[in-house]
Amino acid sequence: MSQARRNAIASRVARDIPEGAYVNLGIGLPTLVADHMPQDKEIFLHTENGILGRWEAAGKGEEDWDLINAGKEPIRLSPGAAFFHHADSFGMMRGGHLDICVLGAYQVSMRGDLANWHTNAPDATPAVGGAMDLAVGARHVYIVMELFDKQGRSKLLPQCTYPVTGLQCVDRIYTDVATFEIREDGVYVPELIGDMSFETLQRRLPVPLSR
Amino acid sequence: MISKIVDSAYEAVAPVGDGARIAIGGFGGAGQPEDLIDALIEHGSKDLTIVSNNAGNHEEGIAALLKAGQVSKIICSFPRMSHSYVFDELYRAGKIELELVPQGNLAERLRAAGVGLGAVYTPTGYGTLLAKDKPTMMINGKGYVLEYPIEVDFAFVKAELGDRWGNLTYRKAARNFGPVMAMAARHTIVSVDQVVPLGQLDPEQIITPGIFVKTMVCRSTPIQGALS
Repeated sequence: MSQARRNAIASRVARDIPEGAYVNLGIGLPTLVADHMPQDKEIFLHTENGILGRWEAAGKGEEDWDLINAGKEPIRLSPGAAFFHHADSFGMMRGGHLDICVLGAYQVSMRGDLANWHTNAPDATPAVGGAMDLAVGARHVYIVMELFDKQGRSKLLPQCTYPVTGLQCVDRIYTDVATFEIREDGVYVPELIGDMSFETLQRRLPVPLSR
Repeated sequence: MISKIVDSAYEAVAPVGDGARIAIGGFGGAGQPEDLIDALIEHGSKDLTIVSNNAGNHEEGIAALLKAGQVSKIICSFPRMSHSYVFDELYRAGKIELELVPQGNLAERLRAAGVGLGAVYTPTGYGTLLAKDKPTMMINGKGYVLEYPIEVDFAFVKAELGDRWGNLTYRKAARNFGPVMAMAARHTIVSVDQVVPLGQLDPEQIITPGIFVKTMVCRSTPIQGALS
């Protein structure tokens, strides 16, 4: 995905995060959301390895390897941060204290099942990290992803074909083509991005949409 | 007079026998007690089960222990890291057993061992491959998976400051798994940056109280008065 498209997705997520929210940003594209958050809008970032507060990437030469984010990159804290151990960190997720997490995905099903940890590739080393805890724990799960894979197939599906991370956990999907909301009565499209019409979008997706 | 401080990492890890189960702290390199791991390689115990968030990278720390052929099983959440080729090769060759555990379940199962719980019901992993064949329960309409404590013989923990009674503070995000692993083990070995005199740590600031610590090694020369 081009940097411009990545930024466009990240900025829309940032726009929808209310002031005062406790937010966990996953590795990769989700991390970019923080760069689009206006400095005067106070939100609280959470990282699974035990930090709450606000931070940015550490500058070259000032890296402190005891101060890293979930992607194991060094960060620089703004005032007001707190440290805590792993059991508390994941208790914040499962205990319903975390308002929003933003994650990447391989696939999402129309009822909100998420697949983002394993593609069944036979030679891949399996790894899960905190993905399953975030999927079931955060009160709202937002997904950021390209809508179509490299072969042009929709990643929003009637059912996930990859192993799931969590069941019925996704609330919203931000893509390069449209934003989707997973509601009780189906998949709703609150906004289209770019040129594709709703009718064309519906033709290309294997799930029923409403708007 | 009680002092939990021993002279060297090698002396601290000497009680680790073949077949031991060891929890090793750290999230990536932050909080990984490399000096204790290096001493364990020198000590040479075999057939170990390691509990740790990651499986090491390059050929340092846990990766070095794996490379030395001392580990038969690893219980971890994220063995795949940049340059985690030592683990990858052993795993593909079928030379190491992997129990993959969601990170929060890893922390909570260690905590359960530390606080004497028989098991926990957790929502994490419900309906996924990682809960396959595990008992489940619906509680108030939500699915939970039964997970058992991860009991370990030893924990290797890195902390910042300690006193001779084993009270500890940590440094920044290097705290991560340290406190729960220290609680989970029968025999916790801690590597600290500095040993300080008893009373110098503010009781309000102590993160791991000494009851969870068996022995401690200092990575620098203990400051004046710290050992008495």
